[in-house]
Amino acid sequence: MKPQPVFRNKYLPYLLVLPQLVITGIFFFWPAGVALYQSVLRTDPFGLRSKFVGLANFMRLFSDPYYLHSVKLSFWFSFLVTFLAMGLALLFAVMANKRIRGTRIYRTLFVWPYAVAPATAAVLWVFLFQPQIGLLGRGLKLIGINWNYYLNATQAIALVILVSVWKQISYNFIFFLAGLQSIPQSLIEAAAVDGASSRRIFWRIVFPLLSPTTFFLLIMNLNYAFFETFGVIDALTKGGPAKATETLSYKVYVDGMLNLNIGSSAAQSVILLAVVILLTAFQFKYVERRVHYA
Amino acid sequence: MLKLRDLWGRFSAHLVLLLGAAIMLFPVYIAFVGASWDSATIGRGLMPLSPGPYLVTNLLRAWNVGSGEKIVSVPVRIMLANSLIVAICVAVGKIVAAALTAYAVVYFRFPFQNFFFWSILITLMLPLEVRIFPSYKVASDLRLLNSYLGLTLPLMVSATGTLVLRGAFRSIPRELLDAAQVDGAGPLRCFWQIVLPVVRPNLAALFVILFIYGWNQYLWPLLITTDPKMQTIVIGIVRMLGISEALVDWELVMATAVLAMTLPVLVVIFMQRWLIKGLTETEK
Repeated sequence: MKPQPVFRNKYLPYLLVLPQLVITGIFFFWPAGVALYQSVLRTDPFGLRSKFVGLANFMRLFSDPYYLHSVKLSFWFSFLVTFLAMGLALLFAVMANKRIRGTRIYRTLFVWPYAVAPATAAVLWVFLFQPQIGLLGRGLKLIGINWNYYLNATQAIALVILVSVWKQISYNFIFFLAGLQSIPQSLIEAAAVDGASSRRIFWRIVFPLLSPTTFFLLIMNLNYAFFETFGVIDALTKGGPAKATETLSYKVYVDGMLNLNIGSSAAQSVILLAVVILLTAFQFKYVERRVHYA
Repeated sequence: MLKLRDLWGRFSAHLVLLLGAAIMLFPVYIAFVGASWDSATIGRGLMPLSPGPYLVTNLLRAWNVGSGEKIVSVPVRIMLANSLIVAICVAVGKIVAAALTAYAVVYFRFPFQNFFFWSILITLMLPLEVRIFPSYKVASDLRLLNSYLGLTLPLMVSATGTLVLRGAFRSIPRELLDAAQVDGAGPLRCFWQIVLPVVRPNLAALFVILFIYGWNQYLWPLLITTDPKMQTIVIGIVRMLGISEALVDWELVMATAVLAMTLPVLVVIFMQRWLIKGLTETEK
């Protein structure tokens, strides 16, 4: 059922959509088109000549051990960040949703990091974990751990994950708390009267009812881990040591902007695009399902 | 027995929440402490857990000069001004562009309407990382490097904003606009005097979300600013870390971090209600 339009005007609607359309065209479709085009070209290092190479850029990527490493890293990294950031946020949200004093203060205490940029968060944590002067960095050394994330790949990845999770908890907390608050209290009380333990109530009643929120957050967190952690990586490790923290989106930047390997970078962009389309498709499918249930 | 269990439940909730809140706050507290000591104390790894006497000195130095003994930078106030300009322009620009588009899509019927709408919606799927080099090329061809226009314009397309406002506009009763039309109000007047005031809560929520979004941008400003005077604060503070971390004036970096976080954190805390409402009601 489509509502009747209110206004009849031949040119005005075009004028209204024009600003957004122009910006979209110039800064979205043109560059995305260029990326597609460049992904099948090979350009010499001076950018003077380029020739059509078909899918060679893609083939090269999939036989490049560095790229395959980056793919594996990105998936592990995204999985861990998503799991930890959502798990912790859920724990805090469940606790903050209990009938206790000071819930509003607790809410503020978990929401404020939403304002902190991922890169700024990284700077804060560098100060803590810097091997020579950082409080925790020195502490780790005191208890016998050879802490130096500039040289140790595992430690570098752990630190990037820590900062990315810390930054994302507030976002998840906001959604989980809203989701929990929309669950009718009477349902939970009824189960409690029936003698169900609080653990059972959570897993059998609360968690299933939260599933729309959880699923939405899953997509958003994967998206965050894939793309928005760029600032964290750039501030903490610049992809190092020895490419240990070079995720897919950081590699696009390194290869395209720093090494000027444009064909390869464009091919990587196209692959990332496929990832995003997949994530978005999942999200849309989920949105449709949600309409069904509502 | 039941009461005891209840008591324990509450106690453990407080415990978990306090612990969590402490972990969230800890790095910020340490940043304050770091901003209140001198370079030598921190550099020798002797910084205590309590604040020192130099907080104001360091904040003023960062604000006015930005450079220390080892790092050369721009005064933080310039970078903060850049961030403020970018955040406000992005938020306002996005809202205006999204509102106009949503208005056209909801209240008019015109050829290619759906085509226009979907071509804007599809930008949801195209984060910058996906088209990074060509975007840079476009901006440089248009001579937008190191300019506010270049910093803000590409960030102004908002599929989410358009979606949110389309939803909000649709929920406005038709009678309101029909009545205004009978009274002789044209489409633009209806937009300005009826539609926009009605969706004011949505606009406030969008503004908070987009302001933070603009303030926290990293990759695009990194590409487009080479002139230190055009840097936003988030870029500037990471550049202060430099190449070798042995050569960092930590007290200045931490003073800068404190200054960088103050405004957005205050915005989020004081507009928390709008933020939560905006996020949870629109993004889903």
